[in-house]
Parts: sequence; C-alpha cells; structure tokens
Amino acid sequence: MRPEAARAKTIVVEVPDWPGHLAGQHVDVRLTAEDGYQAERSYSIASAPEDESLALTVERIDDGEVSLYLCDELRAGDELELRGPIGGYFTWQVADGGPLLLLAGGSGVVPLAAMLRHRTARGSRVDTRLLLSAGSWDDLLYRDELGRLGRDGVAVHYTLTRGAPPHWSGWSRRVDAEMLREVGPGPRTQPRVFVCGPTPLVEHVANLLVGLGHDPRLVKTERFGPTGG
Amino acid sequence: MAPVSRGFRGRRRQGVDASRVPPGQYVVDDFPVLSAGPTPQTGLDDWTFTIGGSLDEERTWSWEQFVALPGETFTVDIHCVTKWSKLGTIWTGVSVDRLLEDVDTAAEFVSAFCDGGYTTNLPLEDVTDGQAWIAYAFDGEPLEAEHGGPARLLVPHLYLWKSAKWVRGLTLLDHDEPGFWETLGYHNRGDPWNEERYWSD
Repeated sequence: MRPEAARAKTIVVEVPDWPGHLAGQHVDVRLTAEDGYQAERSYSIASAPEDESLALTVERIDDGEVSLYLCDELRAGDELELRGPIGGYFTWQVADGGPLLLLAGGSGVVPLAAMLRHRTARGSRVDTRLLLSAGSWDDLLYRDELGRLGRDGVAVHYTLTRGAPPHWSGWSRRVDAEMLREVGPGPRTQPRVFVCGPTPLVEHVANLLVGLGHDPRLVKTERFGPTGG
Repeated sequence: MAPVSRGFRGRRRQGVDASRVPPGQYVVDDFPVLSAGPTPQTGLDDWTFTIGGSLDEERTWSWEQFVALPGETFTVDIHCVTKWSKLGTIWTGVSVDRLLEDVDTAAEFVSAFCDGGYTTNLPLEDVTDGQAWIAYAFDGEPLEAEHGGPARLLVPHLYLWKSAKWVRGLTLLDHDEPGFWETLGYHNRGDPWNEERYWSD
C-alpha cells in the first residue's frame, strides 16, 4: 500500500496464477462482510504487463463503499478477492503502434499509466502525447514518474482546473480545442486516442476530438461517474 | 464461500428492496454513462430505423413515422455489468413486438446495429413478448444523446450493454452472431440474475 497524491492509494497485490493482462484492462474487486454481504467494484490496473506485481490505484471517494475500505482499512498482508483481467477494448500494446494520444481527467490516468509503463518497459519510442486534467497540483497522480517520461520521448501536459501553484507554466483551464491542437498529433496522423475520466470530461473531450477531425473509430473512451464507489 | 474481508462491514442502503437487486449489484440514484467511443450526433432528419435480414421485406421508418407508432410508457429496473443498478426507471418507446407485428421470419436471433458501429446480439425470444423496446424518452423527456438518444434498444432483463445506445435497426438472423462486447470478453447472454458478466461465467 502506498499513498498516491492527495486522495488515492496504490495497492500492490501478489496474485498466484495471474494470467497476465494488457495495459488498459481492469479487475473486479469483491469484498465480503462477516454476514455474507458483498460489494463489488471495478478498478483499472496501473501496472504494466511486464511488472512483477499487479498494482491498482484507487481514488478515495468520500461517500464510497469499496474505495473507502481499500484506502482506509486494508492493510499489508490482507487477502483480497479479485477477478480479471477484464475488458478487451480500451487496451494498447506496443505492437498496435501509434502515434498515441492519451487524455485523462483525475484518476482516469490509471489505465493510461499502465500503457505508458508498458511503453517504457518495452523500450518503445512511439510518438506519445499525454494531457492530464486535474483539480490541483496535489491531485495529480504519478506526478514524479510522469515528470521523468520526457526523457523517453513522451510529451506530458497538465491543466489544473481549480487553481495552480505559483509560477505554474502549464494550463489552468478546462480542456478546449486549442489545447488539443497544441498537444497534437493532428487527425491526419491518425493517432490512437484513449480518453478516460469522469463522464462530463470524457463526453466533452471526445466531442472536441471528433470536431477536430479525428476518426471516431480511433477514439476509445472509458467513463466513470462519481458513483464509482 | 468467498473469504471474509477483514474489517469490512459495508454500507448497506436503507429503503432498497433487496429482492430487486441482482447479485453483485449496488443501487444508484444518478444515471452513470458508459460507452466505448465518442457519442454519435445524428440529426433526426437523417435518422431511420430498419428491420432487415432474414424476412420477406425490409422495413424502414423515418423519425416522424417511428414516433407516430403506438408507444408505451413503462417502468423498469436496469442493471449495468459495471455493477450499478437503477430501480424504477421510466421510459417511453415502441415495443419490439409492435415492430415485428406483421413480419414473417424463421429467424431465431437478432443483431442490433447502431450509429458509431456498435452491435449486440440477442436471441429473438429475449426481445419479444413484452421484454424489449426501442425507447426515445426517459422520465418524460427526449432521451439525451449520452444515454443513447435519439433512441436506444431497451432490454431491461439483461445487462445494459445489450440495450444498445443510438440503435438504428435490428437484423434478423438464423444464427447467433456475437456483437461488440460479446467478442471482447463479455457474456453472450448477460442475465444479471445469473451474474452472466464475462465469458468465464
């Protein structure tokens, strides 16, 4: 267990007989109370397929059920019931090629981090752009790690929508068409686009991309609501 | 038996009729949105609904013709494979029975096709006998695009990925043809009461 930004934790799980996964897939986590009551939620896998252990990053949702348990109660050594990997669409492998355009809001960066970690693990130099929208600097997940990705040829951009620190050189507004044009690559290069985050952001960004001329079939989305639990 | 999660008590919701909530589901009050790509924007002038495939003659309705068909308002519980259920949702639409009324077919399956390229497959017996509708209003209001408007298939007794958003027609088939999610790891039928979520269920 390790804290990850202000409201999230990364949980590293040792899974016997894990069949392997693709970057972008998720698992179902099921909790069982002593009286048999159960609650299940899905969480994106944060680790690359090449990593030794499976890692999940869980955002703490104040009125959540499973996320509160995972962030506040779970301790190293506890057992966790998992199913997966799940989802065969929102995935990327080096062999799929690029360019790669990754757009996320908040903890929507988790499955994209798995793609970036996979890219790094395989030594790929595929043209990759990442735009992350977050409330504040403290909400940004994997900040230090993403900051180092520039060396591997990943262009990392941030926009902070609820206040930026002093001397902030990134954006501080809602994602708009101008921002997407600046991040690139343009629709002519037919990038593989992955958008993940809260529903309003994903709807907004996917509509902007189609408006800019991106082929809707190359824009893959994963939406989650505040009811993620 | 599932292992007990140390220290987990859960936050059971009060006032929810547990007999209406399938295993592994939790009840929500809002209406989450899940789709695999951008929301298609089809103008009503360009919208048509088609019943095609294995039948004597293909049928197509324009938007005007479609909403002039006798409609029904119905209240159902809906269940998404991502674990949320929403109880008592109110929809208006045309029943699939009505659309197939004078269709002569030996088909046993249907494939729903949609703007954006999404497909899903169902046995014909899962969309007849008052079990499925093409819905164009939610809660008395025109169905919003992000929830599948202008019209979506609604098959409330199966997980919601079967209730294809932005539906444009049904193809009648004499064989089963797995759709989008059905070829990407999700169960072929998707009965929430049997927790038919994934291939291995």
